[in-house]
Amino acid sequence: MAKAEFKAPELSEYIEVPDLVEGTMEHITCFVAKPEHQEALGFPGEKTENWKEVAIDKMGDLLSRYRSFRVYLDACVKCGSCTDKCHYFLGTQDPKNMPVGRQDLLRKVYRRYFTFAGKYFPKLVGAVDLSEEIVDDWYSYFHQCSQCRRCSVFCPYGIDTAEISMAAREILDAIGIGQKYCNEIIGKVHTIGNNLGLPGPAILDTLEGLEEDVWEETDVAVKYPLDVKGADILLVTPSADFFAEPHVDGLIGYGKVFHEAGVSWTLSTTASEAGNFGMFIGSYENMRRVSLRIRQAALELGVKRIIFGECGHAWRIAYSFLNTLAGPFDFLDPDYPVPQHICEFTLNEIEQGTLELDKSGNDEMSITFHDSCNVARASRMGDKPGGQFEIPRKVIKAVVNNYHDMEWDTIHERTFCCGGGGGILTDDLMEVRVKGAKPRMSALKNVMEEKGVTHLAAICAICKSQFTKVFPYYGMDMFMIVSVHQLVSNAIVMNRKTPPEDAPGYGEDDDE
Amino acid sequence: MSSVYAALFFLATIVLVLGLARKIAQYAKAPAPLKIPTTPAPVTQTGVVLRMFREVVFFESLFKSTKWTWVFSWLFHFGMFLVLLRHLRYFIDPVWLPIQLIQPFGKYAAFAMVVGLAGLLIRRIFVDRVRYISAPSDYLWLLLLIAIGVSGAMMTFVIHTDVVAVKQFFTGFWTFSIGDLPMDPVLLIHLTLVAVLMILLPVSKLLHIPGIFFSPSRNQVDNPREKRHLVEWARKLEDS
Repeated sequence: MAKAEFKAPELSEYIEVPDLVEGTMEHITCFVAKPEHQEALGFPGEKTENWKEVAIDKMGDLLSRYRSFRVYLDACVKCGSCTDKCHYFLGTQDPKNMPVGRQDLLRKVYRRYFTFAGKYFPKLVGAVDLSEEIVDDWYSYFHQCSQCRRCSVFCPYGIDTAEISMAAREILDAIGIGQKYCNEIIGKVHTIGNNLGLPGPAILDTLEGLEEDVWEETDVAVKYPLDVKGADILLVTPSADFFAEPHVDGLIGYGKVFHEAGVSWTLSTTASEAGNFGMFIGSYENMRRVSLRIRQAALELGVKRIIFGECGHAWRIAYSFLNTLAGPFDFLDPDYPVPQHICEFTLNEIEQGTLELDKSGNDEMSITFHDSCNVARASRMGDKPGGQFEIPRKVIKAVVNNYHDMEWDTIHERTFCCGGGGGILTDDLMEVRVKGAKPRMSALKNVMEEKGVTHLAAICAICKSQFTKVFPYYGMDMFMIVSVHQLVSNAIVMNRKTPPEDAPGYGEDDDE
Repeated sequence: MSSVYAALFFLATIVLVLGLARKIAQYAKAPAPLKIPTTPAPVTQTGVVLRMFREVVFFESLFKSTKWTWVFSWLFHFGMFLVLLRHLRYFIDPVWLPIQLIQPFGKYAAFAMVVGLAGLLIRRIFVDRVRYISAPSDYLWLLLLIAIGVSGAMMTFVIHTDVVAVKQFFTGFWTFSIGDLPMDPVLLIHLTLVAVLMILLPVSKLLHIPGIFFSPSRNQVDNPREKRHLVEWARKLEDS
C-alpha cells in the first residue's frame, strides 16, 4: 500500500470549531472484507445482486428489532447541538463527519422508504433514493465513526450516532460489503479465540517469558497461569496484552497485584480476548457468539469470579452486555459483581491495605489520564455513577506522586476518543486516525506545557495502540503512553516471597 | 364557514391523536435488546425519572452543549407551554384557578416564544454547520410556528377578536353543537396554521416529543450487572 499522503493537523490551545469544508474525507475507503471473511460470519461473500432490496429489507428488520434505531431516526430536529462535538469533524472539517451529518446519510434513505413525508414530499424533508453513491458514502463515513458516544451526551434526545453506525455497518454486511479489519478479526476469535490469532502455545510461551522477567526483576516467582482448572478468578484481557508494549506491562501489573493479594487466578486460551468486535459491526449474533466463549471458559475452568483487564469497548460489552449475551452467571460467586474490572479489584485491595505501594517507583514520570470513551460513556465501575472516572484515578494517585488532569471539557463524560476505536484501528484508515486524534492531542499538549506532564495513562488496548502510532505524527514520543497497571507494577512492593522451587526453570538442567 | 373549520379541527384532532398513538405504539413495541444508557446514568428507576424530568423541563443535555441554542429553544418551548396552558380557557368552563392565575404570564409568553423561534431561525441561517444539515422542512417549521405565534399575539395585543364566540365554538365542538366562529382574517389564519401543525405533527420531526421518552440512552437504568436484561427476540436465540 502506498503511504498515505496527508499532514497531521496543527494543534491549537483550545478546541476550535472549524469552518466546514465539504468532501475532505470523501476519498477514505478501508479494505473490503474478502468472501471467506464475510461467509465465516454468516454474511454474503460479495455485493449481492439485489442489494437495494436487501439493504431496505435489512433496514426494516433493524427498525423492528432496535428501538434506539427507530426513535433516533425520527427524533432528530436538526438543532445542531452535536455538530461540533465529534473529534473526526473537529480534525477533518468534513460536514459528513458531524454526528448529524453522518446520521443523515442513513436518515435520508430511511425517510424515503419508511416515512410518509419522505415518500410523498422527498425534496421537502431531504429524502433520497438509495443509490450506488449513497452506499459509497455509507462505507466511507460509517467507517469514520469510533462509536465513542460523545455526541449522545450533548443531544437533547440522547441520539447516539454509535447506534446508527452499527446499524449502517450491519446493513453493509448484509449486502456483502463488510470491512476487512473487523470481519477478519471476528473470524479469528470464532476459530482461534483472540483478535490477534495467537494460538494457545504462543500465549503459554509469552506467559513463561513474563514469569522469567518478573523473577529477574523482583526475585519473586509471580505466576501467570493459563487454563488452570479450579482457580478462583478468570482474567479476560485484550490479546494485545500478550503481545506488545505498553500493553504487556499492564499484564505484568495484574499478575503482581493478584500475587500480592494472594488470590488464585488464571487466563484461558478459549477466552483469550476481552475485545468483542461484534459490537463494532452491530451484529448481536456475532457479539453473542464471542461472548459465549467467556461463559464456556468460566464453566470449564470452574472459576468463581470473572475479571476484565484494561480494555475500553471490551469493558462496555463486559459491563453492559455480558449478562445479557452470555448470562445468567448464577454459577459464579454472588458476592462479587460479574464481571469486575481490574481497576475495581486493585482499588479494593489498595483500600484493604493488602498492597504495599512505593510511589517513588514512578517518580521519573508525571501522569495524566485519558478516559477511554466507552468506559466513560457506556459503562460504570463501582456502585456509584461516575465510578468509571474516580476508580482509575484513585488507583493512579495511589501509585504516582505527580498527577494532573487535562482540561475539564476533554475528560470524564466529555472525553475525546483516541481516534482509533470502534473498528478504525487499521493502517488503511491512518489518515482518519491521525486527524481524529487532534482534540485529544491538543488537550494533552496543553497539560504537558502547563503542568509538565510526561506520560499519558490509559485503560484500553485500542487507545494504547492508537497513541503509540499517532504520537509521532504530532511530534511526540511513542512511549509516552502507559498502562495504568504498568504504573501499579512500578510501585508495588513484592512482599509475598516465594519458595525457591517456584522459580521459573527451577530443577531444569542449567549446564548447557 | 364555521362548519368548514369545525370539520378541519375534527380531522386535525383525529389525525393527531391516531397518528401519535400509532407512533407511540411503534416505539413501545420495538424492543431495546441491550443496555445503552449514556453514562454516568442513574442506577435506580427514580433516578431515571429525575434524569428525564431534567431533560424534558430544563433541556439538560442541550444546556451542556451550546448556550445560545439552549436559550432560544428554552424561550420558545416554555413560552409555548405557558401559551398552551393559557389557551385551555377557550376549551373549559369554568376556567380552573391555576389557568386564571397564569393569564397575565401566558399573554406575554407569546413574545418569549416568538423571540426564541426567531433566534433559532437566525442560527439556522447563519451558522454554517446548522445550515448544512437543514432541509426546507426545517425552515418551514420555524416559519409556521412563528406565524402561529405572531397571529395569536396580534389578537391579544392589536386586533382583538370575539373570544367569547371562539370559546363557544370550541366548547360546542365537543358536543357537536358548534357556534359561529368570528370571521376575522387573523383568527382564521391562526386556526388554519394550528390545524396544519396538528395534522403534520405525527409525520414530522415533531416526533421528538414522544421520542425523548423512548430514548434508550436516557430512559434506561444503569444496572446491567445486577439485573439481566433480555428481550424476546434475543431469548429466542438462546432457545435455538
